[in-house]
Amino acid sequence: MNRRPVFLLTVLGFGFAFFYVPILSMIVYSFNASRLATVWGGFSTKWYMSLWSNTQVIDALILSLKIALVSASIATILGTMAAIALVRMGKFRGRTLFSGLTTAPLIMPEVITGVSSLIFFLLLAQWIGWPSQRGFTTITLAHITFSMVFVTTIVQARLLQFDRTIEEAAMDLGSKPWQVLFDITLPVISPAILSGWLLAFTISLDDVVITSFTTGPGSTTLPLLIWSKVKLGVTPDINALATLMVVTVGLCVVIAGIVMNRAEARRLADERLAFRANG
Amino acid sequence: MAALKAWFDRRGWADLIVGLPYLWLVLFFLLPFLIVVAMSVATKTPTAPPFSFGGEHPWINFDGYARIFGDALYVRAFLISLGNAALATVFCLLIGYPMALALTRVSRSWRNILLMLVILPFWTSFLLRVYAWMGLMGKSSWFNTGLTDLWNWVVPIDWAVKSIPMMHSNFAVILVMVYTYLPFMILPLYASLERLDPTLDEAALDLGSRPWQVFLDVTLPQSIPGIIAGGLLVFIPAAGELVIPTLVGDAASPMIGRVISDQFSQARDWPMASSVAVALLAIMVIPTMAYNHYQARAEGLK
Repeated sequence: MNRRPVFLLTVLGFGFAFFYVPILSMIVYSFNASRLATVWGGFSTKWYMSLWSNTQVIDALILSLKIALVSASIATILGTMAAIALVRMGKFRGRTLFSGLTTAPLIMPEVITGVSSLIFFLLLAQWIGWPSQRGFTTITLAHITFSMVFVTTIVQARLLQFDRTIEEAAMDLGSKPWQVLFDITLPVISPAILSGWLLAFTISLDDVVITSFTTGPGSTTLPLLIWSKVKLGVTPDINALATLMVVTVGLCVVIAGIVMNRAEARRLADERLAFRANG
Repeated sequence: MAALKAWFDRRGWADLIVGLPYLWLVLFFLLPFLIVVAMSVATKTPTAPPFSFGGEHPWINFDGYARIFGDALYVRAFLISLGNAALATVFCLLIGYPMALALTRVSRSWRNILLMLVILPFWTSFLLRVYAWMGLMGKSSWFNTGLTDLWNWVVPIDWAVKSIPMMHSNFAVILVMVYTYLPFMILPLYASLERLDPTLDEAALDLGSRPWQVFLDVTLPQSIPGIIAGGLLVFIPAAGELVIPTLVGDAASPMIGRVISDQFSQARDWPMASSVAVALLAIMVIPTMAYNHYQARAEGLK
């Protein structure tokens, strides 16, 4: 049994090559001096320089970040409320429908969500005159709707493994239910809420399909800008932009992973100390 | 003010927590969806918005659904979508299963790093991961020329090609789907394989099983929930995919996501786009329900 699983480790190695070779190749070719994106013509950083002066890219990035910040924050509040409702509120009227509504957007194909949101906004504009124009508001509303259920899924999983005795202790000591929620429950599940926010933020920042249906004239997010260029083919300046995005996100995820691992290790050590002190 | 506070303390806080997200999802998810369902039986008109429920046309019109079964374009699009999604799922399973199993066999410190490397692509832009493959598959790329040289070296001289036609084919769609959805297969498989008791393997080995028999008789049956979960997580988004077939697919054999988008935006046939959307959802509901049923039964057995 102690033989090294050679076959499995080989597949693992090839699997990781499969994951990372395309991205590494893209990064290498972003330093390509040639205008032909796939033929090597010497080292150069000129595509990065040209990105700095490209106001189109910078405007799109700012719009994307604004939408992601607003939609992730509202989605986190609504998604956390939905998770608490599902795990803590027991039986309420319409619970089955509600739990269906919090899972259906997860499996709904994006193109259908996009088309139905657009039809909804177009008909709404005709019936009540709002939204007169599609753009920041309509994109943000659509993003909140499909990202809040991801927050619900994460927070719900955390709530289900919550030690309820500390909530009961607070109740016994005279806290009102909503005080228990704010003083005990929310602080304890805050790491899950933060993960939910990060996920909602990245989903919003990354979305092409739903955004392309809910956008209007003049509102080009970064993925939409890339989408319109990429449809025409591979270009070195998109390679440079893609490299910047991939490296930024990669660094953030790695740092967040390390910080969370450290915090988890410290929490475990603290718990062990506490047990020993009581012991 | 005092009355408001009393109401909040007693019931209001709970009503708000349930009510706000409920209202939001009904308004921005359920209502648009019901509009699409209603739209699927409306009649296309040259007005703005381009549909009607009344007038000279029949009130309810099932032409859209009839065309899905009658028109070769739609039948073909459905078959291509389901076929591509099924193949992508099978390849994800064939690559993902050994990877997930290998992850359970490496040391704990390596495991965390490798798991992070599996999840990392998931956080980076989906669009850019598709784009990265466009760079590799193009005719003049190092990847394509390398594979072409290899092919020409291996096969008889008559089969030699100038370059392998990879882009704009179903092959490209499946390859990129496997690439982008592989983490969705690996993670649930890893979760179910990690929970297995290694002493069971040892017991089977002690009783004289060959390692491959241990795999077939002990490991594989216990990981079926993970296989089903991973399979659904790959199959469902793959079947409705729009970005991948648009960028690397063959325009002559569109997938169903593209058909919905084109019917809506270019043909401006909202009822037809809605009919296709409802049909696609109906197809997806079947495996999801089967999974829920299976999971409920598995939990009931515990």
